[in-house]
Amino acid sequence: MSTISMPKPDQSVLDRKAIIVDALSSVLPVDSVISDERETHAYECDALTAYRCPPLAVVLPSTTEEVAAAMRICHQMGVPVVPRGAGTSLAGGSLPTADSVILGTARLKDVVEVDYDNRFIRVQTGVTNLSVTGHVEDDGFFYAPDPSSQLACAIAGNIAMNSGGAHCLKYGVTTNNLLGVKMVMTDGEVVELGGVAMDAPGLDLLGLICGSEGQLAIVTEATLRILPKPEGARPVMIGFDSAEVAGECVGNIIRSGVLPVAIEYMDRPCIRVVENFAKAGYPMCEALLIVEVEGSEAEIEDQLDRIVKIAEALDPVELRVSESLEESALIWKGRKSAFGAMGQINDYMCLDGTVPISALPFTLKRIGELSQEHGLEVANVFHAGDGNMHPLILFDANRPGDLERTEAFGADILRLCVEVGGCLTGEHGVGIEKRDLMLEQFTADDLECQMQVKDVFDPDWLLNAAKVFPLEVSEARRQRVN
Amino acid sequence: MTAFATPTTESAIKEAVCDAVSQKKALRVCGGGTRSGIGQMVENAERLDVSGNAGIELYEPGSLTMVARAGTSMTEITSALDAENQMLAFEPIDHRPLLGTTGEPTLGGVVACNISGPRRFLSGACRDHLLGVRFIDGQGRLVKNGGRVMKNVTGLDLTKLMCGSFGTLGVISEVSLKVLPKPVCSASLQIEGVDEEQAVLLFCKALTTPYEVSGAAYQNGVAGLRIEGLETQVTYRIARLQALFPEHSMSILDGEVHSDLWKGLRDLHLFSGTIETVWRMSVKPTDAPAIVSHLKRKLAARVMLDHGGGTIWAGVPADITEQAASIRSVINTLGGHATLVRGSEELRRSADVFQPQATRLAAISKLLRQQFDPSGILNPGLMAA
Ligand SMILES: Cc1cc2nc3c(=O)[nH]c(=O)nc-3n(C[C@H](O)[C@H](O)[C@H](O)COP(=O)(O)OP(=O)(O)OC[C@H]3O[C@@H](n4cnc5c(N)ncnc54)[C@H](O)[C@@H]3O)c2cc1C
Repeated sequence: MSTISMPKPDQSVLDRKAIIVDALSSVLPVDSVISDERETHAYECDALTAYRCPPLAVVLPSTTEEVAAAMRICHQMGVPVVPRGAGTSLAGGSLPTADSVILGTARLKDVVEVDYDNRFIRVQTGVTNLSVTGHVEDDGFFYAPDPSSQLACAIAGNIAMNSGGAHCLKYGVTTNNLLGVKMVMTDGEVVELGGVAMDAPGLDLLGLICGSEGQLAIVTEATLRILPKPEGARPVMIGFDSAEVAGECVGNIIRSGVLPVAIEYMDRPCIRVVENFAKAGYPMCEALLIVEVEGSEAEIEDQLDRIVKIAEALDPVELRVSESLEESALIWKGRKSAFGAMGQINDYMCLDGTVPISALPFTLKRIGELSQEHGLEVANVFHAGDGNMHPLILFDANRPGDLERTEAFGADILRLCVEVGGCLTGEHGVGIEKRDLMLEQFTADDLECQMQVKDVFDPDWLLNAAKVFPLEVSEARRQRVN
Repeated sequence: MTAFATPTTESAIKEAVCDAVSQKKALRVCGGGTRSGIGQMVENAERLDVSGNAGIELYEPGSLTMVARAGTSMTEITSALDAENQMLAFEPIDHRPLLGTTGEPTLGGVVACNISGPRRFLSGACRDHLLGVRFIDGQGRLVKNGGRVMKNVTGLDLTKLMCGSFGTLGVISEVSLKVLPKPVCSASLQIEGVDEEQAVLLFCKALTTPYEVSGAAYQNGVAGLRIEGLETQVTYRIARLQALFPEHSMSILDGEVHSDLWKGLRDLHLFSGTIETVWRMSVKPTDAPAIVSHLKRKLAARVMLDHGGGTIWAGVPADITEQAASIRSVINTLGGHATLVRGSEELRRSADVFQPQATRLAAISKLLRQQFDPSGILNPGLMAA
């Protein structure tokens, strides 16, 4: 049915299922090892639901020591391991293979330390993104990276994918807010990287771990930077009748010296669906920008004034500055429900390429043309301030051939992103989804170099193998081990 | 030091590295050489001068992006940015006053050493603004990682790995950076007559407000807070901060006095022209007073604090032997790390310049170096492990 293939599972592992499960059960509490097929099905996919495969078994350790014990067993017995946070990856990052043990962080839920004077929090990585902010917000703090999936996704997955969010224009993505980690190496040794003291000596292994998609080690604990909450925030909504002009507006705002926390973009197909769903009062136009600024009331006024002037010079079809908390919430409600709204009326595939801001208008135009060529509708909603696009290709999963056509269209869009100077993925990760496109962006040497880094951390290629690197490129390494 | 080669293009660098591999020559990679005193001594190497591989390749102010060859001088980078009213938000230190070096700092040097200044705790380090690199590794392979866009999670992040690797994994040939608009307005609040302990208390208080303090440094009894932004923001925030500390005497600086102050703090003028040994320590800010008190009592150190107390700069009389051991012992007790930034060649041979790493981390680093530089020709020994 679908076009992304996975390697054949290792029969010798499948044959040893009982022994492997016994060994894991001997070092973990009874209820933390799941091997019954009815239960392992719950872990058969992540948010890239077109691809499913129940794992051999699932382990849910509650401490770093238990993770280490499980890893030692898998290492000794040569069992592949797929780390899993909350399973919201859109790239198939936590998709199991039939011969793998899923190592889930669901029970790594402790907040270990909160320190406001030094502005950090230390948590086990199974906590959700939103709960980190939840833990500190009554004291006036927040954790900045805010993926739209923040209610569900775990810090573990955020670190593995180097996730971003609507506010990363100002605050950066996960890697910029991650101070340190505790992690378990494939052989079970526990190591710590970074910490509260900035810029640890030696090679920047912390920077390497962040965004490594579960390829290098199991991250069990994280030290995160927390920030004092801004005094207030307010959005302005600006509609244009052309994508070009909206793009120009984004560039002009960014150059002006005002630094908004977010600049979000929606196109007409997206506005239509969202407006039906959320009734946010969006104007029907080609391009809608939501620009948010932060600060005290007077600071907000001043920044919004400047943005309004910039926008007005470009003759917008609609310009509405939020005048109240309710209005702000409504403006954001539309944007935040975009994915959900789209999901109610259609199956969709969410892409995630990034392009230079200057190439946004051209890219949007080309995506429109490609949409005609492939005969599939596409809606665009994305972080315009940093050029991270999320084209949503609408299709019907029940119609034979639609998924394949959608994937082909998606691949064309991602190739386009690379062509105009951008990349395949801005925040969702490569996983299996973009794995086979990697040679569009990288040379064989580029990938070889990355795989050599994996060799250092995971010489047996047991961790999340068959992801990130095209299968034929990683084959020799995966074979060597088998 | 003999010059091995002075390549001016990426392909010439590649050639030079390949030559060095086949001739088994160790290379000391140099840009402008203004930071050549940082690191463990590199013995028996010949100089690979890459400062000629220069020039800005692309600068799009509206995309906040600059791509430049690694040999480009910081002067050229800064003047291009100035013309568009933009800046490198990580505010790299110019090490010349501190190290007494001459020459032109290059972009590649800034990236290779991950150099950042006072704004680091708010805006991030050099590594946080680095979008991509191209480099020639020790096998002579041209490798690229990252790119020129602001958000990119495609593949493993070797860009971060290269930043701060001091040229031991590869010779950086091209760099893309995120740049930012300069603040429209900027001023500082000086709080006078405080000691280090009081300064750290002040900093903790100021940095837990929403006023986005972009500099928090201390020297000679004065704690300085920097506020940047639109005029409304600066006026308002300075006033709010002032109101936080009614018990202290304060003054407000702006204009040239203000910018000179932060330039002096950034470039460590406190230690320029002196003969002290200079250490940089990264610590948990609230641990700084205890460490400072040790440094003063045991090592007669002169001290400056940056990053709200998260960074301690200490000048220790050069003739105090065992200073490395003394500093490391207090750091090991409280946590953090110490780097020898200015010291005699003798000290750079006998003492650990960088904080020694845990055994497994050192082993990982060693294995990584073997992957990138199997013949061990790139700045061998500079980072120890
Ligand atoms: C509706 C929706 C909206 C989304 N919006 C955003 C968005 O705005 N921004 C954004 O960046 N992403 C977004 N995502 C994608 C996804 O939520 C993120 O990638 C998230 O960080 C995944 O976290 P998770 O805990 O669900 O990880 P999982 O899906 O469980 O795993 C993700 C990856 O992390 C690895 N991993 C998990 N745990 C560990 C560990 N302990 N150690 C090492 N590796 C580990 C896995 O192997 C896998 O490769 C969205 C997803 C959905 C469904």
